[in-house]
Amino acid sequence: MIPRIELTGVSKRFGSRQVLDGLDVAVMPGESLVIIGGSGTGKSVTLKCILGLIPIDGGSIKVDGQEVAGLKGAALDAHRTRFGMLFQGGALFDSLPVWRNISFALSGTPADRRSAAIDNLARVGLAAEVADLKPAELSGGMQKRVALARAIAARPPIIFFDEPTAGLDPITAAVINRLIRTLVTDLKITAITITHDMASVRLIADRVAMLHAGKIIWNGPLAGLDACDNAYVRQFITGSADGPIQMPGARP
Amino acid sequence: MIAALVAIGAPVLAALASIGRLTRFAVTALSRLLQPPWYPAQLAQQMLVIGWLSLPVVGLTAIFTGSALAQQIFIGGSRFNAASTVPAVTVIGVVRELGPVLGGLMVAGRVASAMAAELGTMRVTEQIDALVTLRTDPFRWLVAPRILAAVLVMPFLVLVSNALGVMGGWLLATQRLGFNSAQYLATTQRYLEVDDVVSSLVKAGVFGFFIALMGCYHGYHSGGGAAGVGRATTNAVVSSFILILLSNLIITVIVFGS
Ligand SMILES: Nc1ncnc2c1ncn2[C@@H]1O[C@H](COP(=O)(O)OP(=O)(O)O)[C@@H](O)[C@H]1O
Ligand SMILES: [Mg+2]
Repeated sequence: MIPRIELTGVSKRFGSRQVLDGLDVAVMPGESLVIIGGSGTGKSVTLKCILGLIPIDGGSIKVDGQEVAGLKGAALDAHRTRFGMLFQGGALFDSLPVWRNISFALSGTPADRRSAAIDNLARVGLAAEVADLKPAELSGGMQKRVALARAIAARPPIIFFDEPTAGLDPITAAVINRLIRTLVTDLKITAITITHDMASVRLIADRVAMLHAGKIIWNGPLAGLDACDNAYVRQFITGSADGPIQMPGARP
Repeated sequence: MIAALVAIGAPVLAALASIGRLTRFAVTALSRLLQPPWYPAQLAQQMLVIGWLSLPVVGLTAIFTGSALAQQIFIGGSRFNAASTVPAVTVIGVVRELGPVLGGLMVAGRVASAMAAELGTMRVTEQIDALVTLRTDPFRWLVAPRILAAVLVMPFLVLVSNALGVMGGWLLATQRLGFNSAQYLATTQRYLEVDDVVSSLVKAGVFGFFIALMGCYHGYHSGGGAAGVGRATTNAVVSSFILILLSNLIITVIVFGS
């Protein structure tokens, strides 16, 4: 079977900082991949490279077997129609009310788009009253959920979730985790989720990949996570300060 | 020797590169105006923000400056028994130079900074990335409407600025300097030429273009969090001021220099 998304040897440098350094990862159709890894290791950059928001320096990115790195114009637009993206900070348009944010990429009359927006609000556990508010009037957690509603509104076959539960209370986080799982299991979307939250990893993932120093250093089914003897992964999932991953300045 | 060349060459190359980037940015934005999709609601909103909301500050600037100009011409002119030139020199000074330039600078202070701050915030909060992912071209949605709105609206603002500047001079001359109102207005009309008004409006359009271009360019390329947005805002204001003053000089020399 051809992977839905396949990255081979992807590298990306910002100035003198080599963020991605020969990254290989693949996601099968209908699979939910979770990428874990420390802050600033390039997880968000990886998603942006796939979406063509950041040009890569080298390597290959294939979607359904076709090379997408370097696409331009209409071909790039067509490539992007397959994706929904929940940005790490939400990235809601603060000049537009919630319903226009959610229905931004939808077509139809304003009334249709408004009711589609309200349906999508319900899917993320928000009431219809939220529709007419501006993003600035919402709490951080509500903004995140509105952003999630926007990412799923156009029913794209592939959705990226960048830290979907960061900053949410445990109950809302559980609602979001279940929604992502439902999208994958029932609607057969392909998902890549970035998270630091091990509870989310266990609920969302079919497969887990760990990014460290610009490479995927471990990649396997969720069931293999606990049995994994990779010291980096072990340190990450147990949340220990002691291990091969060291923060600069954390030790005397 | 080579070190000296390198020392001179690097900033020159950097300057050329940024002129190249800016030109490409402007050409991209203008090319988006030529084909759909257009976003008329965005255009209308920008025209309101740039035009209507700038009226008070542009109007006040014009009235105060027009009055001060009339007072100075009167004082200066009295030394040569030429105090009667107040209406003629005031209208020429206001319409040719002060109306467009001061109007342009005031709008630049208000609008270029606001555009840079808004687009810069959208950049650092990933809203521009989100726009692209939702298949909307930020040049069409954000940049082109702002540039077009500024070019369309600035001539109207400058007309208001000119009219209020002349009115400020007339008010001061008739209320304080003892000029006869009807005579003052008749002289004003006699000395005001079509060329003056046309050059004034051309300047206004050019200034509007530079104001929006600088605001959008610096905001769009903003980086580095809140500090980056602050830098973008400052750069937008300073660079639009310089471009306004420079293009004003060029247009003045071309139109009136021969
Ligand atoms: N547009 C950019 N320009 C320069 N550096 C960037 C850019 N985007 C990300 N980076 C840098 O790349 C590194 C990885 O960022 P990111 O992918 O956001 O990390 P994370 O794994 O926490 O999501 C960081 O050091 C960040 O500063
Ligand atoms: Mg990130």
